[in-house]
Amino acid sequence: MSGAQEAALRVEGLGKIFGPGCPECVAATGPELARELCAVCGSIVACWDVGFEVAAGESLGIVGESGSGKSTALRCLAGDQAPTAGHAYVRSVEGGTADLFTLPAADRRRVGVEDVGMVYQDPAEGLSLDITAGGNVVDRLAAAGWRHFGRMRERLLELLSRTEVPAERVDHVVRTFSGGMRQRVQIAKVLANRPGVLLLDEPTTGLDASVAAGVLDLIRDLQEELDLAVVVVSHDFRVIEMLTRRVLVMQHGRVVEQGLTDQLLEDPQHPYSQRLVAAAR
Amino acid sequence: MTIQEQMSAELNSAVPAARSTTDLLDEADRYSFAFLDELSKRAIRRAILSAVAVPGYQVPFASRDMPVARGWGSGGLQITLGIVGPDDVVKVIDQGDDAGVNAANLRRLIQRTTGVTTTLDRREATIVQSRHRIPEEGMPDGQVLVLQVPVPEALRGIERRQSELRRMHAEADYSRMWVALYEDYVRHGAITKSTGYPVLVNGRYVMQTSPIPRWDVPRLHHHEGLALFGAGREKRIYAVPPFTDVVPLTFEDIPFEVERIPGAVCVRCGSTESYLSEIPQQDSPSRWVCSDTDWCDRRTAGQS
Repeated sequence: MSGAQEAALRVEGLGKIFGPGCPECVAATGPELARELCAVCGSIVACWDVGFEVAAGESLGIVGESGSGKSTALRCLAGDQAPTAGHAYVRSVEGGTADLFTLPAADRRRVGVEDVGMVYQDPAEGLSLDITAGGNVVDRLAAAGWRHFGRMRERLLELLSRTEVPAERVDHVVRTFSGGMRQRVQIAKVLANRPGVLLLDEPTTGLDASVAAGVLDLIRDLQEELDLAVVVVSHDFRVIEMLTRRVLVMQHGRVVEQGLTDQLLEDPQHPYSQRLVAAAR
Repeated sequence: MTIQEQMSAELNSAVPAARSTTDLLDEADRYSFAFLDELSKRAIRRAILSAVAVPGYQVPFASRDMPVARGWGSGGLQITLGIVGPDDVVKVIDQGDDAGVNAANLRRLIQRTTGVTTTLDRREATIVQSRHRIPEEGMPDGQVLVLQVPVPEALRGIERRQSELRRMHAEADYSRMWVALYEDYVRHGAITKSTGYPVLVNGRYVMQTSPIPRWDVPRLHHHEGLALFGAGREKRIYAVPPFTDVVPLTFEDIPFEVERIPGAVCVRCGSTESYLSEIPQQDSPSRWVCSDTDWCDRRTAGQS
C-alpha cells in the first residue's frame, strides 16, 4: 500500500487469541455477544481486527475498560506477545515494507530497541530495579551497539536530565526511586535510541495526580520535540484528552468506535462509548 | 518333566557359580582404558566436536560420575579421558603448580587408568589439563589445553533463568553484560572482574574464561593449541579452536588491562614478566614466586 511510507506506524487486522483457537472463535465473540470467551473451544479472543495508522508527531488513544484487549494489542506491537493475526509496519524499519510480526526474533527485538519504545504501567516491567538509573539506559544503548563508555555516559546524563531525574540520583539503584521517578527513568530508557514510535500503556496509573500531571507534561513535550508517533492506552479519559487527538474505543476485544478525541468525548455515538464517557464525567 | 521342574532347572542354570570375594575385588580393579566406557568416551568426543564447530558455545553433555567430586575437576578430567590415547603424554597443573593436591591426584588417576606417560615439562606434554592457568609460554607447539571449569555460564550472575540465558545467547543479546561492566566501572572506577573475565569468541558468543586470571586472557586470542573447557557439575563442554579470535569485553575508551604488581619479582627465578603468586610474610613485605612452577624451574636451572 502507498500509505506505508507516510504513517510512522500502520497496523492492520491485529488479533490475539489465547488458547487453542477454532474456526468459530471470531464469530462466537465480540461486543454483540458481550463476550471474549469462545463458547466452542474456550479460547479467549483478547483482541481482533484492530487497525490504525499514526503519523509522526501524531498521537492516538485507545480507551476501554479492563479486559477490553487494549493492552494486549499494545503488547503485540511492543513484541512482548506474538499476535495470532495481522500485520504491523513501522516506517523506520525497511521503509515500512517489513511486517514486524514476521521478523526473525533477533530483528524483532532490535525493532523494540531502536524503533518502537514501550512504556509500561508498572516500571518493574520496563526497568531492572536492581540496576542504577544510568545502567538501565546503558542497557538500551549497548543493545543498539554503543561500546564507548564516555559517550554512553554523556548520552544517559543528557536523557535523564531531560526527563528530570536529578543528576545526583543517576547512579542510584532504581528500586530506591519513587513511582514517578521510576516512570521518568523508564521514559529516558525507552527514548535512548530515538525511536520514532512510542507506546504508552497506562503511563500514569498508580501515580498521584500532581506527579501524573508532571509525567504527562513531559510526554507531551517530548512528543513535540522528537516528532514521535504516540499510541496511548488508558482507561483514564483525562490522560487521553491531554495527550491525543484521535481515539479508538475498544470493547470485548473489538474497536467499536473511533474518531477525534474531543468530538468523541462530546458526542459519543456507540452505546458503550456513551456509557464510558458518562462514567468518566 | 513337569513345568515346575523345567523352570527350576532353567533358574539353576542361570545362577553363576559362587566366586570368592578376592575374585570380585580383582575384577572391580580392571577398568576399561581411561576409566570411562567406550560409549561415554564417544559421547564426550561428540560434544567436543560440536564445541569446536561452534567456538564459545556451551554444548550440554551427560557428565558421568567420576571418582573425584563434582567441582573438583570432573569436567576437565572427562575431557582428558575422552581424548587421551596410549601415546599421549599428560601434564596436570593446579594453579600453575604440578604438585598441587588436586593436580597430583588427577594425574595419578589418569596414569593408573590409561598407563600413559605423565610429565611435569610442558614441552613434552601433548595434553595439559589445568585449573586456573594457561602455562606461562602458552601452548606454542599446538598441544591440547584442557581447562576445568566451575561455572561455564558467563551470564550466570546477570540472569538466573536458563530459558532466558539460552535466548540471550541465541540472539547474541549481550546488552546486560555491558550494563554489568558499566556499573562496575561507575562504582569502582575500573572493571574489577579478575578471574573468569568475559570474552567474545569468534565475534559471536560471550564466553566465560573460567577461572584463569586476566593475565592469561590475551593468551587465548589466536592461541596455537586447541583449548577445551569442561564443566562436570554443570554438564557443559565448550572450546576455543586454534587461532580463533578471543576478545575481552571492554569499552572502546577503557583499555583491557592485566593485573600487575609494581616491584614484584619472583624470588626463585627473578622473573618480572610472569604471573606471580603472593607468599605473605609475617613481618616483612610479601614475597612472590612464579605461579607456573615448571617454567620457573627451567629458568632457575638455566640460570644456575
